[in-house]
Amino acid sequence: MYTQALNTTETDDRGLEDAAKAAHFQARIDAEERIEPNDWMPAAYRKTLTRQISQHAHSEIVGMLPEGNWITRASSLRRKAALLAKVQDECGHGLYLYAAAETLGTSREELVDAMLAGKAKYSSIFNYPTLTWADIGTVGWLVDGAAIMNQIPLCRCSYGPYARAMIRVCKEESFHQRQGYEIMLTLCRGSDEQKAMAQDALNRWWWPVLMMFGPPDATSQHSDTSTKWKIKRFSNDELRQKFVDATVPQAQYLGLTIPDPGMIQDADGHWRYSEIDWTEFKQVLAGNGPCNRDRMAARRKAHDEGAWVREAAEAYAAKRAQRRIAQAAD
Amino acid sequence: MPAANIQVSETPLVLYALRRADDALILGHRLSEWCGHAPMLEEDMALSNIALDLIGQARELYTYAAKAEGKDNDEDKLAYLRDVRQYRNLLLLEQPNGDFAQTLVRQFFYSAFADLYWRAMMISRDTTLAAIAAKSEKESAYHLRHASEWIIRLGDGTDESHARAQAAIDHLWAFTGEMFAVDEGERALIHADIAVDPGSLRGRWLTTLSGVVSEATLELPQTGWMQQGGRSGRHSEHLGHLLSELQSMQRTFPGQTW
Repeated sequence: MYTQALNTTETDDRGLEDAAKAAHFQARIDAEERIEPNDWMPAAYRKTLTRQISQHAHSEIVGMLPEGNWITRASSLRRKAALLAKVQDECGHGLYLYAAAETLGTSREELVDAMLAGKAKYSSIFNYPTLTWADIGTVGWLVDGAAIMNQIPLCRCSYGPYARAMIRVCKEESFHQRQGYEIMLTLCRGSDEQKAMAQDALNRWWWPVLMMFGPPDATSQHSDTSTKWKIKRFSNDELRQKFVDATVPQAQYLGLTIPDPGMIQDADGHWRYSEIDWTEFKQVLAGNGPCNRDRMAARRKAHDEGAWVREAAEAYAAKRAQRRIAQAAD
Repeated sequence: MPAANIQVSETPLVLYALRRADDALILGHRLSEWCGHAPMLEEDMALSNIALDLIGQARELYTYAAKAEGKDNDEDKLAYLRDVRQYRNLLLLEQPNGDFAQTLVRQFFYSAFADLYWRAMMISRDTTLAAIAAKSEKESAYHLRHASEWIIRLGDGTDESHARAQAAIDHLWAFTGEMFAVDEGERALIHADIAVDPGSLRGRWLTTLSGVVSEATLELPQTGWMQQGGRSGRHSEHLGHLLSELQSMQRTFPGQTW
């Protein structure tokens, strides 16, 4: 009883102290200050950011697979080099996002293990297949375009390491987006067959890309606290609308038709899209997308088959350290 | 109508550039197969980086081969519209990736050669080849360092990694002799100080290999029978499959701009 009583007192004290710290923390956020790794932060803030940053990192890594699918078949040497460099960039994004997440106290290994165990999510868009070369153009144009829309506001995220990582990521993503659009432009100025390939890719990717912004505001779970903490600055629907408004003229310039016959431009110039079929989104999220199993299998295979290499590198590093100690002793 | 193979007038200089271009493309392509599937993200990055260097070298060399030929071929026609019998790369470089040890041993054998080769080529009397060499030498030096560090880690790592690295060395050794072979056309280019005699590099190549391999606690095989044929288009069965993938777009949609 004594111990328990003591603990209760301690907890109460800590509670009071935490309330003061939390108020100070919120005041810093309201003043647009950046929170740094060694600063005090509420456990829920840490948890939310760890989840968000690591999901973002997993998305970059899993996102290498649908595009990597075309590296060995790219249509010209110039395209092959550009695609390989792009997929390599995504890997780089994954690496520094894992590093940003690690500043919150969880190791890359733990984060990756959670993903491989199916406990952590990655962006559902990567559960769709890349069937033709036009998909590579479309993924660059639309998927990276949507990602940029989501990520530009994150450059001002309250957590310093994430915000700084996003600045670099956004620069590279916007290059990828232009590259994707240029692939589409080349196809649309090419033969009838190439133009049909471009339209087909747009038809397949349009709705999944709109779903990348997440569920409608009315049903979104995380937005309130994320907004208060200035992790999220625009709602899902706001970002989705911005994206649609930016993309429609681009599609028109290409001479492609957005696969939404009900789409109209309202008096304010916004393009109003038809209702999104969220049943599909939920199914893909639940693991039933066309490629969920393939993506996870590919990541697990790389991880499992690489285990002996990682073990060798660790064993060698340990031997070398021991030899240094032995040398120093001599 | 499927895209037909192009014909290349293989003068000694065209053939010389084409052989090195094919080396770089085929190895670059093999390394690019790892992208997204490597044992760790750092190696996804590194292997892609090396692949990009090699594809860059291939593009310069194909462009030069096309220019030296003086017809209407270009880098893409040379890469995408020649079949397996027209490819001129070393057999070593078309060998499948296998496990990580096999990929790194293949890279080590080749980079140890390429580093010496491009350095020697920097004084070629052919100014284009000399310029390509100056760029490629810097890249090869890094490729060699990366591969050497891995050979040492794998050889002196765990029992399993040691066994895998030794098996890869034993398996790939027979493909190394071809790097040093020279035919009549190349002999003439060597006499004209346009090309270097690869045979003159063999001693230093062996010294590099021996140093790394012994630090890795591994062993080089006794030199035995060496496979040859890549330079004249007699390849292993692996290359045809690689080309069918590499060339699928250009063969399926002939004559289009991408």
